[in-house]
Amino acid sequence: MTGNRVRIALVLPDLLGTYGDRGNAIVLAQRLRWRGIGSRLVTVLSSDDAVPEGCDLYLIGGGEDVAQVAAVRFLRRGGGLARAVEHGVPVLGICGGLQVLGTSFVTGDGQRHEGLGLVDAATEPGRGRAIGEVTTQSTLGGVGMLTGFENHLGRTTLGPGSHALGRVVRGVGNGAEEAEGAVTGHVVCTYMHGPVLARNPKLADLLLEWAIGEPLAPLADPPELKALRTERTRVHVRNRK
Amino acid sequence: MTDTTRETDEPSVDQTPAQRRAPEQPPRTGRHRPPDQRQDPEQSSPEQSGTDQTGVDQHWKVVPAPERHPERTRRRDLRTNLAINAGRMAASLSQRLGLGSGGMIGGRLAMTLQPDLLQRLAAGRRVVMVTGTNGKTTTTQMVAEALRAQAPAVSNATGANMLDGHVAALLTRLDAPFAALEVDELHLAQVTERFEPAAILLLNLSRDQLDRVGEVRTVAASLQRALAQVPDAQVIANRDDPNIVFAAIDHPHVTWVSGGVRWRDDALNCPRCGAFIGDVDRDWRCECGLARPPADWKVTDTGVLDAEGTHHELALALPGHVNRVNATFALAAALELGGEEAPALARIRRISQAAGRYDTVRVGGRKVRLLLAKNPASWLEMLDLVSGNDEPLVLVVNSREADGYDVSWLWDVDFEMLRGRPVQVAGDRALDLAVRLRYAQVPATVASTVEVALGGTDGGVPDVIANYTAFRDVLTRSRR
Ligand SMILES: [Zn+2]
Repeated sequence: MTGNRVRIALVLPDLLGTYGDRGNAIVLAQRLRWRGIGSRLVTVLSSDDAVPEGCDLYLIGGGEDVAQVAAVRFLRRGGGLARAVEHGVPVLGICGGLQVLGTSFVTGDGQRHEGLGLVDAATEPGRGRAIGEVTTQSTLGGVGMLTGFENHLGRTTLGPGSHALGRVVRGVGNGAEEAEGAVTGHVVCTYMHGPVLARNPKLADLLLEWAIGEPLAPLADPPELKALRTERTRVHVRNRK
Repeated sequence: MTDTTRETDEPSVDQTPAQRRAPEQPPRTGRHRPPDQRQDPEQSSPEQSGTDQTGVDQHWKVVPAPERHPERTRRRDLRTNLAINAGRMAASLSQRLGLGSGGMIGGRLAMTLQPDLLQRLAAGRRVVMVTGTNGKTTTTQMVAEALRAQAPAVSNATGANMLDGHVAALLTRLDAPFAALEVDELHLAQVTERFEPAAILLLNLSRDQLDRVGEVRTVAASLQRALAQVPDAQVIANRDDPNIVFAAIDHPHVTWVSGGVRWRDDALNCPRCGAFIGDVDRDWRCECGLARPPADWKVTDTGVLDAEGTHHELALALPGHVNRVNATFALAAALELGGEEAPALARIRRISQAAGRYDTVRVGGRKVRLLLAKNPASWLEMLDLVSGNDEPLVLVVNSREADGYDVSWLWDVDFEMLRGRPVQVAGDRALDLAVRLRYAQVPATVASTVEVALGGTDGGVPDVIANYTAFRDVLTRSRR
């Protein structure tokens, strides 16, 4: 945090920004603004040299196979992201971001690729795509129910170095042991689009508190957000496909 | 396989184009560059016409005459006849039972009876295929209208854009020498497997229902394969969209339209090799060799510039830059198929709605303008359109099968441009939209129905922007 402004890095939206994941940055910036805290969005493109150090929070979205392989190569460059994680800076990885931040993933051509290893999670292709609403009970204190939309082929197995972000109530999630997502320290990964922080303000605030290093003033959820969460976490909401 | 639909008295190749032309049929055409470059094929000797072996100076070629009226002059095999009759009967029955326009069911039945029906119905006609993520329906209607300045043209006006929809459209009038057919991006290859269209229009490609359509790159690769199957077709393509450039660049006959791109997030990296391109507004050249081609037509704030720098005013009834781009594609197609600019343009100009898009109708007793937006790129176009006025605004979003179940794309749309402007929201996913607008600092009111939303607006003629099924529902409940 420099000059009382939280620096939010949107990492590789040109490679990993398939579906609304930029929204997570909008949500974080606005939730800070509502509390009178400034922020600066640092967009890191694949044309840049490396991931800049000194950001307070890193957001990594999802993308295609080819993009994921390119992203790993870029994110390893200079080691900036790994050092930030060592210092406890929060990182949010969505979908392909989860796979890239994990230990390994297998692309459509059957090739296994080494990930960044910032969470202990290995991904292989499943038999069919998991597409639909996903609801979990979060393992993170105070976060509660998580809601999102999943659309992925990957099935992810967690190693001892990570724990799930949530227990699946509805949907597929990682595809093993009713787990969804992966958490190691302040690195939080999930298959949830939605975007996840728009639908789950408590998770957004937890990441912000980690970024700032102190508790934030509570913020009342606007009525439409409350209603949306009720609608989306209702068990009888149809899960098509 | 013997094709009994072909007649033995087809004109021989020695005949001049004029001799080959049957009455009531459109004039032969060439590979038209802008109109003043066109040559009159009738004044040329057969050696000058021919194919394009002579190289770059060749602006036109003689295309074989459309075969004659299939119904009157040809003996068709029984199977084809049966399929045509059954398809038409099913269509009219379904129409009478109020099951919709009946096209799809008729087309599907007819194709079951005669799997070759599409190519048989297309044979002898000059078909223009229109594809891309956005603007297909409007552009197809523009093409159909422009062609009608020359001769009758059929079209899948209701937007049934897969093969059965094409069959249904072609069945509506067997003697129409022209067809303008909208085709789903992923189905063009199936069409070009079956017959060679006279022209193929590639409008744009951007993310659209990832849970259904797949990645933009996949679609671009599929279009490229589709074009490779029809080397003699004239391709008319958007040179400002790198994904379209990638799909069309290897084709031998491309007319490039420059319409600009507002939505860039699917065009930051080279579709061929993945390298960063960055700003697509300039003359980019990727390290792999893919580059932005020079434009044959350049859309301006009021019309279009041809390759010689002559400006053509468009003066459309339809609003916005996006429709000037669509109209330019349609005009280029009409000229390619032998049309004259003035009559073609006159017909394009008069179009004031396309399957309800841009139409002013009454909904719940209130006069409104209907706008369709179904993905980030088209939302951006429509928001741009309405940001020019201060009419009340109603936004409607559903997430049914035809829309895609995931609404995360709402966060790809720059709703921030509506900041401070009160908006009414409705639809299955009104709450998602309201949350999005809250974060964009746009004051929004959630309404249970579009009619309730309209009741919450002040005077004026509200703009209703809706995504696919939401638009369809509002249109169904509306009156002219
Ligand atoms: Zn390239």
